[in-house]
Amino acid sequence: MASRRRFLKFGAAGALLLAAAGAARAQPGYRAPGGSDTLQVLREADREVLAAITPAILAGTGATGPGLAAAVGSVERAVAGLPPHLQEEVGQLLALLASWPGRRWVAGVGVPWRQASVAEVSGFLERWRFSRWALLQQGYHALHDLVLAAWYARPDSWPAIGYPGPPEVG
Amino acid sequence: MIRDPIREGLAAGWKVTDAAALDRDLALDADVAIVGTGAGGGVTAEILASAGLDVVLIEEGRLRSSSDFHMLEAEAYPQLYQESAARKTLDKAITILQGRCVGGSTTVNWTSSFRTPVPTLAYWRDRFGLADLSPAALAPWFERMEERLAIREWTVPPNENNAALARGAARLGIAAGGIRRNVSGCWNIGYCGMGCPTNAKQSMLVTTIPAALARGARLVCGARADRLALRSGRAAHLECSALDPRGVRPAGPRLRIRAQHYVLAAGAIGTPALLLRSGAPDPHRTLGRRTFLHPTVVSAAAMPQRIDGYAGAPQTIYSDHFLELGAIDGPIGFKLEAPPLHPVLFGMTHQGFGEAHADGMAQFLRTQVLIALLRDGFHAESEGGNVGLRSDGSPVLAYPLTPFLWDGVRRALAAMAEIQFAAGATNVLPVHERARPYASWVEARAAIAELPLQPLLTRVVSAHVMGGCGMADSPVRGVVDSLGRHFQLENVSVHDGSVFPTSLGTNPQLSIYALIARNATLLTERLKAGR
Repeated sequence: MASRRRFLKFGAAGALLLAAAGAARAQPGYRAPGGSDTLQVLREADREVLAAITPAILAGTGATGPGLAAAVGSVERAVAGLPPHLQEEVGQLLALLASWPGRRWVAGVGVPWRQASVAEVSGFLERWRFSRWALLQQGYHALHDLVLAAWYARPDSWPAIGYPGPPEVG
Repeated sequence: MIRDPIREGLAAGWKVTDAAALDRDLALDADVAIVGTGAGGGVTAEILASAGLDVVLIEEGRLRSSSDFHMLEAEAYPQLYQESAARKTLDKAITILQGRCVGGSTTVNWTSSFRTPVPTLAYWRDRFGLADLSPAALAPWFERMEERLAIREWTVPPNENNAALARGAARLGIAAGGIRRNVSGCWNIGYCGMGCPTNAKQSMLVTTIPAALARGARLVCGARADRLALRSGRAAHLECSALDPRGVRPAGPRLRIRAQHYVLAAGAIGTPALLLRSGAPDPHRTLGRRTFLHPTVVSAAAMPQRIDGYAGAPQTIYSDHFLELGAIDGPIGFKLEAPPLHPVLFGMTHQGFGEAHADGMAQFLRTQVLIALLRDGFHAESEGGNVGLRSDGSPVLAYPLTPFLWDGVRRALAAMAEIQFAAGATNVLPVHERARPYASWVEARAAIAELPLQPLLTRVVSAHVMGGCGMADSPVRGVVDSLGRHFQLENVSVHDGSVFPTSLGTNPQLSIYALIARNATLLTERLKAGR
């Protein structure tokens, strides 16, 4: 896997990341991405990470509880439509974040995701955004793109930016 | 009620197979197998089928048409784009927009139509020995395809997003012009990138492919071309996998297509990848090399008035001023255009998150955006990228962003900001993680001069993938000759943007249409002579 090689490029620290992610993926309850019909491409722990990160990325949009939950669902549907190599990369990223060492030592978030405040999550995102490690910057961009695309694909996000939606034709 | 020519054709008995619905393997025989249905595959199919050749087209994406095009990003990106419009280069620093559907990128492009620039053809003649591709020799092919695809001046006034480019450029004494478009009866709606809902865009989906199907060509969609089986310098057959309905994984059934000749038109990432998977001979290490992107950077301006960048024909004004300033093989030049703005694409492109991002999005209706497309491939320090394969056989492009390119990026961000202020911007935001909105040209100029230009800090995008199977007069410098014939494989031709030996310095569709109309016509003559 190219993604795996990129992990390894970072030497010992990269190996730590990979071990953390791999350990998390091996936990019971993980369901490997299945055939064409299943949308269950994320584990419950992955969804918890996304549920914690989404309010920080969407802060200021006016998204509320139901909107945020719907955005997390939209992310999962979007991931299910990605090619296998991207599904695997997103899975590795979320598994890393869901793991204790990943959350604590790589993301720098000291409390379980469910308890993390928007400020704590924003701090983590900001550190990754400007990290000197390309791997962490890539992780930031993946989260940025997934969550913002899922949100702005939703018609309930459009009133806040004034977008009227597509015109009537036919 | 808008007519849907695809559904009408299907009802009339076109031979179309949706591989996602196959429950067993399939074997097909044909005169010519064409992989890909975009600009190159579509033009080739019409010309071969019109000459009476038996043609099979293989398309990885699905067949969708105007009835399916609801102008919704949530549907369009997963259904019509490679990797749900999330395709990126190996280091994730460049986002690549490419079509994956019947009609390929022509189904989702923004209709900009330019002939191949004369300096580009001169460079190809001098550096790659392509003397036969002179402006005079190509002119009849351009005329033919302009006629075929209704490529004409766009006489409707530009939307505000494009008008701002014209206005700002005029105030600075920078030449700008109108973009010709391949449309017929365009409603000026602005959703070209999500599939034309009115069939006005003269994409391959509504022109050459229906014409080929009406003449008996067969189309298999939802099938991925895995590899050509090669034997003694020839392709013996083509192996394909039927994909699941989402187009994510092979569903099981396999297809084997046997033809006299194989035309590869899977685009400048897909075609080199197919040849790599096939183990095609590559004695001079040219395959997949010199892949170009027109690396593109973005500048967003807040205007005092409504821009409504989602509405109206998406690209109608351009400036080549910064391409023409210097020599083609000097410091990198760039073309300026104005792209359409839609919530998902803009939201993903806009830097930052949380309040700062939301503040930018709140200016959506007043946001004017310029893009600068860098003309890569004309300098020793601009050798482009390499297409390679992941362990699962899927393609990945490694494209290094070099100091030579960053020099052009810095000049481009400055040029766009200056034009936007000249057009009346109240602030300008270069799309870069370290940038913020600047309230004046003086402030913006100083900030841009200091921005750290690095991958993953500077947003870089591309909608123009070119090269990887370059044309040349010798196998030492290329993969195919100027007729698209593979140097080592006797019955394989490449008919898409991967044959360009450099980038074009302009939007590629018309260059592909014209060159491939020529090469498909010459291929037809060879095949008929060989019968």
